[in-house]
Amino acid sequence: MTDVAGDDALGDRQGYELAAALRRGETSASEILEATLRRIEEVDGSVRAYLRVTADEGRAQAAAVDERLRAGGELPAVAGIPIAVKDVFCTKGIRTTAGSRILEPYVPPYDCTPWARLSAAGAVMTGKTNCDEFAMGSSNENSAFGPVHNPWCLDAVPGGSSGGSAAAVACGEAVWALGSDTGGSVRQPAALCGVVGLKPTYGRISRYGLIAFASSLDHVGTFARSVRDTATLLSAIAGHDPMDATSLPDPPRDYTEGLDAGVGGLRVGVVEDWLSMEGTEPGVRDAFQAGLDALERLGANVVPVKLPHADYALSAYYLIAPAEASSNLARYDGVRYGLRVEGDGVVEMNTRTRGAGFGDEVKRRIILGTYALSAGYYDAYYGQAQKVRTLVIRDFRQAFADADVIAAPTSPTTAFRIGERADDPLAMYLSDVFTIPADLAGIPAISIPCGVDGEGLPVGFQLMGKLLDEPTVLRSAHALEQELAFAQRPALVSSRG
Amino acid sequence: MAVDIDLEHVARLARLQLTEEERARFGPQLELILEHARKVGEVAADDVPPTSHPVPRANVYRGDEPRPCLTHEEALSNAPDPFEGRFRVPRIVEDE
Repeated sequence: MTDVAGDDALGDRQGYELAAALRRGETSASEILEATLRRIEEVDGSVRAYLRVTADEGRAQAAAVDERLRAGGELPAVAGIPIAVKDVFCTKGIRTTAGSRILEPYVPPYDCTPWARLSAAGAVMTGKTNCDEFAMGSSNENSAFGPVHNPWCLDAVPGGSSGGSAAAVACGEAVWALGSDTGGSVRQPAALCGVVGLKPTYGRISRYGLIAFASSLDHVGTFARSVRDTATLLSAIAGHDPMDATSLPDPPRDYTEGLDAGVGGLRVGVVEDWLSMEGTEPGVRDAFQAGLDALERLGANVVPVKLPHADYALSAYYLIAPAEASSNLARYDGVRYGLRVEGDGVVEMNTRTRGAGFGDEVKRRIILGTYALSAGYYDAYYGQAQKVRTLVIRDFRQAFADADVIAAPTSPTTAFRIGERADDPLAMYLSDVFTIPADLAGIPAISIPCGVDGEGLPVGFQLMGKLLDEPTVLRSAHALEQELAFAQRPALVSSRG
Repeated sequence: MAVDIDLEHVARLARLQLTEEERARFGPQLELILEHARKVGEVAADDVPPTSHPVPRANVYRGDEPRPCLTHEEALSNAPDPFEGRFRVPRIVEDE
């Protein structure tokens, strides 16, 4: 890589390339940021990935990195890399809305731990990205601030709920991004936008400062354009945090180590029922099969596994997640932060505030969750759903006796058209059918692009691993990525086919 | 058996104002979702214990050490109606 200075496509480079160029003195953090800001200026009018571009904050962070470079200091791996942050992460002094009217004016007085760690290591924030309201959705259409457009086909959704983060990384509006994954909200948009999305083990990355949706399911996740970059980003933010009681005490590690060890002899489990499932598009099945073939060429052994209760996982999820959400979202009551709509007495003020501040999908889930937890229904709904969760975890334990990783398509379909599923919540929920089981079980899972369908839209290949076995997940995803050499980039066109 | 959900009652429990139009739209949607969700009852036998967290941890305590926290001003900085260093809310108790 030579003469990258002045290159407008710097935001398109891999983070490890930029890091090397920085250390060779071929570019500066400020140049990288300015090129990325120019790309945002150029394309975000049609993509709408960002709710807020934080150019001033970014410029100050980049200048500080350049200062450290000039002083000849050692830089952490993430220093100078432009990173977009989903608007569900609290960022000190930078407005954070969770895609909701009810938090529209909210300016957090503190930083979430993932961004605090990145910031301390010299990462550069590009802005806060659009998302489904309170991360509830699979298309980004539930944002109170308008939809995000898929860079591969602007009429289509980017997936959700971290749609803005996925779209930004797909078209070079950021090199990396942070997202959150409760039912697939990192992996599904990564698949639909043709980038790499990782949801590590539950508790591996602190959630302190992540606006809560469903606490037993919420995970922090990452977006990048390669598995190597994903491993670097994970290494920078993983690890125990005393501020999050669910954060795991296991010591952090360098996840880039061992990436190149290959997959010879690795047992790759495949859930055959999933491939024949109604609703899985032929284009998805073909690209997934090509990925499996590639793993076999590399010496992996594909073995059938069964997850007999996976059929029930979706049902369990759509009880557990709304139940926890109905409790978590009780805090938006017009008292301490966010919107207030006045009323006669405190109950009327609470009720009006929430009626005016929440959008359709959030209201549906609050009602669903309140109902599932209410007297007389708790045992039949929430209690039963928690038992199904046990069965799903047992299924995985059984399957991992025969397989080192489990492979599946990330989503049964490629990107669908904006508006296509908006009036049919149940059809929308089915978008998450292959991602939800890993959230219920808390196991690490990654989505990498494995090809395109007949319309030229990207397909995601998902690899799931045992609890805390991120190294095997990353190693197998890296091997597959190298073998497939998927190099297509989004065309930013308005329709396809 | 169709799922019957008393929207007015549940919305009151959730302190959530719904318009008539929203009630008419959400009702059938929620019934359809609950029909699907009820499938959980088909497999969850009595001898299966419930799971609340995928990676169970118990008795997680932080060291009891003083550390910096938000200032009074910061804590009130987002309040819709701060008043003399406090969060002001509409009347809670009815006049005697």
